[in-house]
Amino acid sequence: MKTIVAKEEIAPQTYRYVIRHPKLARKRQAGQFVILRMHEGGERVPLTIVDSDPEAGTVTLIFQAVGHSTQELAELGVGDKLLDLAGPLGKPTHIENYGTVCVIGGGYGTAPVLPIATVFKQAGNRMFGIIGARTRDLVILEKELGEICDDLRVATDDGSYGVKGFVTDVLAQLLAEGNKIDFVLAVGPTPMMRAVSVLTKEEGIPCMVSLNPLMIDGTGMCGGCRVEVDGQTKFACVDGPEFDGHLVNYHLLMKRQGAYKHEENMALSVGSHCKIGLDD
Amino acid sequence: MPEAPTRASRQSMPEQAPADRITNFNEVPLGYSTGQALTEASRCLQCKKMPCVAGCPVAVDIPGFIALVKAGDFAAAARKIKETNCLPAVCGRVCPQESQCEALCVLGKKGESVAIGRLERFVADFEREGNLAEKPTVSVPTGRRVAIVGSGPAGLTAAADLARLGHEAHIFEALHEMGGVLVYGIPEFRLPKRILKSEVEALQDLGVTLHTSTVIGKLDTIEDLMTEEGFDAVFVGTGAGLPTFMGIPGENLLGVYSANEFLTRSNLMRAYDFGRTDTPIAHGQRAMVVGGGNVAMDSARTARRLGAQKIILSYRRSREEMPARAEETHHAEEEGIEFHLLTAPVEFRGDENSRLRAALLQKMELGAPDDSGRRRPVPIEGSEYEEPIDVVVIAVGAGANPLISSTTPGLEVNRKGYIVTDEETGATRGDRRHQPPRRLRWRRHSHRLRHGNRGHGRRPEGGGGNGQVSEGGVTSPPGPR
Ligand SMILES: Cc1cc2nc3c(=O)[nH]c(=O)nc-3n(C[C@H](O)[C@H](O)[C@H](O)COP(=O)(O)OP(=O)(O)OC[C@H]3O[C@@H](n4cnc5c(N)ncnc54)[C@H](O)[C@@H]3O)c2cc1C
Ligand SMILES: Cc1cc2nc3c(=O)[nH]c(=O)nc-3n(C[C@H](O)[C@H](O)[C@H](O)COP(=O)(O)OP(=O)(O)OC[C@H]3O[C@@H](n4cnc5c(N)ncnc54)[C@H](O)[C@@H]3O)c2cc1C
Ligand code: SF4
Ligand code: SF4
Ligand code: FES
Repeated sequence: MKTIVAKEEIAPQTYRYVIRHPKLARKRQAGQFVILRMHEGGERVPLTIVDSDPEAGTVTLIFQAVGHSTQELAELGVGDKLLDLAGPLGKPTHIENYGTVCVIGGGYGTAPVLPIATVFKQAGNRMFGIIGARTRDLVILEKELGEICDDLRVATDDGSYGVKGFVTDVLAQLLAEGNKIDFVLAVGPTPMMRAVSVLTKEEGIPCMVSLNPLMIDGTGMCGGCRVEVDGQTKFACVDGPEFDGHLVNYHLLMKRQGAYKHEENMALSVGSHCKIGLDD
Repeated sequence: MPEAPTRASRQSMPEQAPADRITNFNEVPLGYSTGQALTEASRCLQCKKMPCVAGCPVAVDIPGFIALVKAGDFAAAARKIKETNCLPAVCGRVCPQESQCEALCVLGKKGESVAIGRLERFVADFEREGNLAEKPTVSVPTGRRVAIVGSGPAGLTAAADLARLGHEAHIFEALHEMGGVLVYGIPEFRLPKRILKSEVEALQDLGVTLHTSTVIGKLDTIEDLMTEEGFDAVFVGTGAGLPTFMGIPGENLLGVYSANEFLTRSNLMRAYDFGRTDTPIAHGQRAMVVGGGNVAMDSARTARRLGAQKIILSYRRSREEMPARAEETHHAEEEGIEFHLLTAPVEFRGDENSRLRAALLQKMELGAPDDSGRRRPVPIEGSEYEEPIDVVVIAVGAGANPLISSTTPGLEVNRKGYIVTDEETGATRGDRRHQPPRRLRWRRHSHRLRHGNRGHGRRPEGGGGNGQVSEGGVTSPPGPR
C-alpha cells in the first residue's frame, strides 16, 4: 500500500508516479484528487488522480516539482512508500453529453485534464483539446490526449512547438474556424483559467475550471481552501475543485495562493533544486 | 498560633510562569506532586451517595479511585478509572470538570470541591510514566464487527467500550493522526500530543484497529462499510468540524483564519516548529481572535506563542456569558490577551495586496435573553472603531460536516445538518436499509456513550459533534435539535 511502483520523468521536473492503493484505484472518479504526505512533519500535498488501474490496484499522479514539498516528492523512487495517501477527495466531474467539448490544459494542469477528457469522450462528446506550455520540453501528455481528442492543438509561449501564443489564442482560432464548441473545461495556472473564462464568457460558452487553492485537510474542516464563486464562499476541497469559471473571483484566488510566498521561499532555500515558476 | 484547619485546602497546581510559557509550547500546568495528590485525595469525604459521579459523563467511580489514591496505590487508582474511561490523562486535562464532576461534589457547596480532574491526571500520568499499565481484559470475541467513523473522544471511547465487550472495532479517521479535536484543535501546551498518543496506543492493546487517512463518504461510504466490508454496525462520531465564518466583508483576506485552520496548522501540522516541519502559518504582530469559548482561548494563546505582540479577543457578550473554562480565561489573561468584551467585528479591511490590515469593531450592549438563556448582544449604532491587526482567527463555533450525510442516502438530518437519532438508543432514523440483519446488544452502553460524549461536547466550541452507538445499523451523535 502507498508504494511507488513506477516513476518516470515525463518532462523537465515533471514526474509521473504510479502508486499502489487498490481501494483508491477502484473508487476514484475523474476530477478527484488525493492528499499525500511523505514523512513526519511534512506538508499535506494535494494532487489530482490522473488515472487508475483497478486491476493492478494502482493510481497515477503527475506533478511538477515547483517547491519544497514537490521537490521532496520528486526525490522518491520506485519501492519507496508514501507515509499517507488520503482520497479520493473532492467532487467528481459532472459528465454530460454537451455535443462538442474543448478541454484545455496549461502546464501541469494538462495532467488533471486527461481523466476528465476521457470521461467526456466516453459520454459521447466530440473532443477538442488544447495543451499550453511555456516551451516545447514542457508539453506533456500530447500522445495520451491525442488519442482522446478528435483535434488536439498545442500552444507554447515561445513558439518552440505548435502555435506561438497562449491557449486562448488557439481557442479563439478554433472558434474563428467556425467550430461550434458547447462546453469548455480548463485546468492550469490561475491566470490561464481566468483568461479562458473571460474569452468563453464573451463567446457565451459554459466553462468549468478546476481550482487549486492551498489546502490542508481536504475534508471541509479548515476552510483554508475557500474561494469566492458568484460572490459566495465555497470550500474547493469539498464543494469543488471544479467550479463555473465565469463566476470565480480569480483575483482573490491568486492572492490566497500566494499567502505563504515568503515561507515557501525559506523552505525552498534549504533545498538544492531550481524552481519552475507556475503562475506569474 | 492559629488553629490548624481540620481539612486541607484544595491543592493548587504548579504551572509554568506566564513570562516563560509564552515563549514555548510546553504544557502549562505541571501536575501534582505525590504529596499534593495524597493531600488532595484526603479531602474527599467518600460520600455514600457519590453525587460527583452523576456529574461525570462516563460515570467514573470517583470515590473509588480517590480511595485508592489515598491508600497510595496509584496504579490501582488508574485501573479503576479506566474501567469506564479510556482517556484519563486526556480528561484529567481538558474535561470541563468545574461544570461536571466537581460541580456536584459536596465540598463544592461549602467552598472548594475536590480537585477530581487533577487527581485523575495525576494517576494517569503516574501509570504512564512508570509504564505500569496492565494489559486490559476483554470479553470473549462476539464475532461482531463495528466500524467507527471519526477518532475524536467519541470514536475513541466507543472503540474502547466495544472492544472490551468483545466486538471487533475498527476506527476510520480522515486525517493522518488519531484524536480528532484532541490532535488538531487543542494545543500542545494544554494537551501534549505524546499523552494522547499513548492513550490511543492503549486502544490497540485492546485490539482496536486504526485506519488513518480514510475519509468515509469518499473512499468507502457507510453503505460500503456495511455491505462490501461486512461490518455489523457503524458508529458515526465525526464531530462538528465545519468552520463557521461570520459573513462579513473582508473575510477572505490573507491573514483571516478559521480557528480550525489556525489550530490545525499549528497543532496537527506543527507549524509552530516551521523549519523542522513544512507547513507555514502567519505570524502576526497584532492578532485578534473572535469568540469567547475554549477554542478562542486556545487560538489567542497560540497566537501569543507564535510571537504576536498584541492580541485582542473580541467577544460579543460580557465576561459572565463567556463559554470558555474559567481556567482557560484566566490563563489567557495572565498571558496578556486583551479582552474587548461586548464588541464584534463588522468588517475586515485589507491593503492593496489583499492582506488584512485592520478590523472594524462595533460595540454591543446586552438585551433580553435569547433561546440559549443568555442575554442577547445588541449592536450600538455609530460605535464602530478600527483596530489595526494583521491576523484574525474566527472562533465563533462550528457546524456538522456534510460529508457523511450527503453520501448516505436516507439518513435523516435536522435543519442544522446534525444526524437525527433515537434519544434512547442513539440509532439513526430514516431509511432502514442500512440496518444489518442481526442486532448488537448495545442499549446499555449507548446511553452511557451518548452522555459520555455530550460531556466533551459543550457547545458552541464544536460540541454537538459527539457520537454514540445504537442497536445495530448506523448510530450517531445527538446534535442540537
Ligand atoms: C485539488 C488540487 C489538485 C492539484 N493537482 C496537481 C497535480 O495534479 N499536479 C501538480 O503538479 N500539482 C497539483 N496541484 C498543486 C500542488 O498541490 C502544488 O503545486 C504543491 O502543493 C506545491 O507544494 P510545494 O511545497 O512543492 O510548493 P510551495 O513551496 O508550496 O509553492 C511553490 C509555488 O507553487 C505555488 N503553489 C503552491 N501551492 C499551489 C497550489 N495548490 N496550486 C498552484 N500553485 C501552488 C506557490 O504559490 C509557489 O509559487 C494541485 C492542487 C490542488 C489544490
Ligand atoms: C480548540 C478546541 C478546544 C476545545 N477545548 C475543550 C476543552 O477544553 N474541554 C472540552 O470538554 N471540550 C473542548 N472542546 C470541544 C471538544 O474537543 C469536542 O466537543 C470533542 O472533540 C468532540 O468529540 P468528537 O469525538 O465528537 O469529535 P471530534 O473531536 O471533532 O472528532 C471527529 C473526528 O472525525 C473525523 N471525521 C470527520 N468526518 C469524517 C469522515 N467522513 N470520515 C472519517 N473521519 C471523519 C475528523 O477528522 C475528526 O478527527 C474543544 C474544541 C476545540 C475545537
Ligand atoms: S467528568 Fe471528566 S474529569 Fe471528571 S471524573 Fe469524569 S472524566 Fe474525570
Ligand atoms: S462528592 Fe466530593 S467529597 Fe463526595 S465522594 Fe465525590 S469527590 Fe469525594
Ligand atoms: S482544505 Fe480544509 S476545508 Fe478545504
